[in-house]
Amino acid sequence: MSAPFFQAEGISVQFGGLKAVDGVSFHVDKGEVFTIIGPNGAGKTTVFNIISRIYNPTAGRIMLEGQEVTKLPAHRIAGLGIARTFQNIELFEHATVLQNLLIGAHVHRTTNPLAEALFLPSVKRAEVALRERVEEVIDLLDLAVHRDAMVAGLPYGARKVVELGRALCTRPKLLLLDEPSSGLNVEETEDMAFWIEDITRDLGITVIMVEHDMTLVSRVSDRVMAMNQGRVLAMGQPAEVQRHPAVVEAYIGTPAAAAELERAAS
Amino acid sequence: MQFVQLVISGLAQGCIYGLIALGFVLIYKATETVNFAQGELLMIGGFAGLFAATTLGFPYWAVILVAMAVTAVIGFLNERIILRPILGQSAVAIVMVTIGFGYMARGLVTMIPVIGTDTHSLPVPFRGEVFRFAGLVISAEHIVIITVTILLCGALAALFRYTKIGIAMQAMSQNQLAAYYMGIPVKRLSSLIWAISAAVAAIAGILLAPLTFIHANMGFIGIKAFPAAVIGGFTSLPGAIVGGLIIGVVESLAGFYLMEGFKDAAPFMVVLAMLVLKPNGLFGERLAKKV
Repeated sequence: MSAPFFQAEGISVQFGGLKAVDGVSFHVDKGEVFTIIGPNGAGKTTVFNIISRIYNPTAGRIMLEGQEVTKLPAHRIAGLGIARTFQNIELFEHATVLQNLLIGAHVHRTTNPLAEALFLPSVKRAEVALRERVEEVIDLLDLAVHRDAMVAGLPYGARKVVELGRALCTRPKLLLLDEPSSGLNVEETEDMAFWIEDITRDLGITVIMVEHDMTLVSRVSDRVMAMNQGRVLAMGQPAEVQRHPAVVEAYIGTPAAAAELERAAS
Repeated sequence: MQFVQLVISGLAQGCIYGLIALGFVLIYKATETVNFAQGELLMIGGFAGLFAATTLGFPYWAVILVAMAVTAVIGFLNERIILRPILGQSAVAIVMVTIGFGYMARGLVTMIPVIGTDTHSLPVPFRGEVFRFAGLVISAEHIVIITVTILLCGALAALFRYTKIGIAMQAMSQNQLAAYYMGIPVKRLSSLIWAISAAVAAIAGILLAPLTFIHANMGFIGIKAFPAAVIGGFTSLPGAIVGGLIIGVVESLAGFYLMEGFKDAAPFMVVLAMLVLKPNGLFGERLAKKV
């Protein structure tokens, strides 16, 4: 059996006495949209931060296409084809949308500073190719109206799309989306769902996402993993995970506790 | 005529302040740390140049390169060994460490027997030469300072605007977290920026040497370059140079036209006025929080 596209094996992370993530294992197949759900503090973002190398796991390992990435520094993962977005949007604020996207596209460029300073033909060709790739992303995400706008002046919804676009410009194999719908209105969330579908179907990019909006989750996810208090509660089809008793309990409590509340209220 | 004369010597002195301020701003933009040992790096650069010129007998251009190389290595190691372990601690802790480094550097240099607390003069090929032009008398030292500063600023501007590494540095100064995921080796670039700003300080030291001699306390000039960075807004590289020029000219004019003692106080008065009228400096970013 060949190794799965992406695999997390028994990853744990501990902050002082708190086990934020406790022995979480899952795999993701190529081309899949894999969503992590769970109440606040479940450890979803921590799992993301382990994959994207902000935190070091205290135990376990993560593998991309059979290659171990557990100990790589954060700046190396972009070169391997992992890109991410952030819940609170991390953009280069004092640069234009185009410049943000171009920085993303430069992940794979290898020319030396001397050639760049002299602007040799090889550099020019590389730049033209990158610019073409960036324009494709601009077309895909309808960013043309904002192309030369300063990021700092853009509305929240547009910034979210720019961040997605910048991640796509790095040509990822695996895209990590941290709450892609947070802060978006209904219409913008709708667009986001379309794009996530396009990204997996047309560009063949595998997506791991953390998301709260259950409509979006059910619509785009192939599989869902529910977490609570650092552990996996359930994994499988979106509908079946949402019905899972442990998941229901984690979100709204046990029937006994609900009855208790009702009694207290009456 | 006298006024123009004073402005020119002020501009030359201002270039020195500007170069030191450039070092403050480079490091601040990249790592949000203020390196108060910038003046001591200038002093170390001065002594490295002195060693190259007198003991090794190098020509002037090679003296500059040696001074730059020595200080760049010290700046790099400073970031790597002393600052990186305390990254994430409070800003005060980091500032104190840089001040401590400055004191140590000064103490260690004084302990070297041939240096001690003496002043030394750096032999330069253009010593004492003057140019007369339309009634002005301009010393060669001033011309060299202004020319080298212009060239250096041009080189830095080209680095930041046209090379991938320079653009990566800009990106990391705007958003470090995002920079990591664009494949930018943020930590390595931080060390490199410390090395670059140390090298810039060394150039300032070599340029300053013919005006003030080289001695263990020459790094105190950093205290006057700090207002230059503040006037420029602390986040702008051209601002640092402009701030330096303003401080230099104000100081030069105040020293001549005002009473004794105003020369040293004038830069700080300018800063006070600036902070009242335009708290973000001439070229500073407006830090308004969106709510």
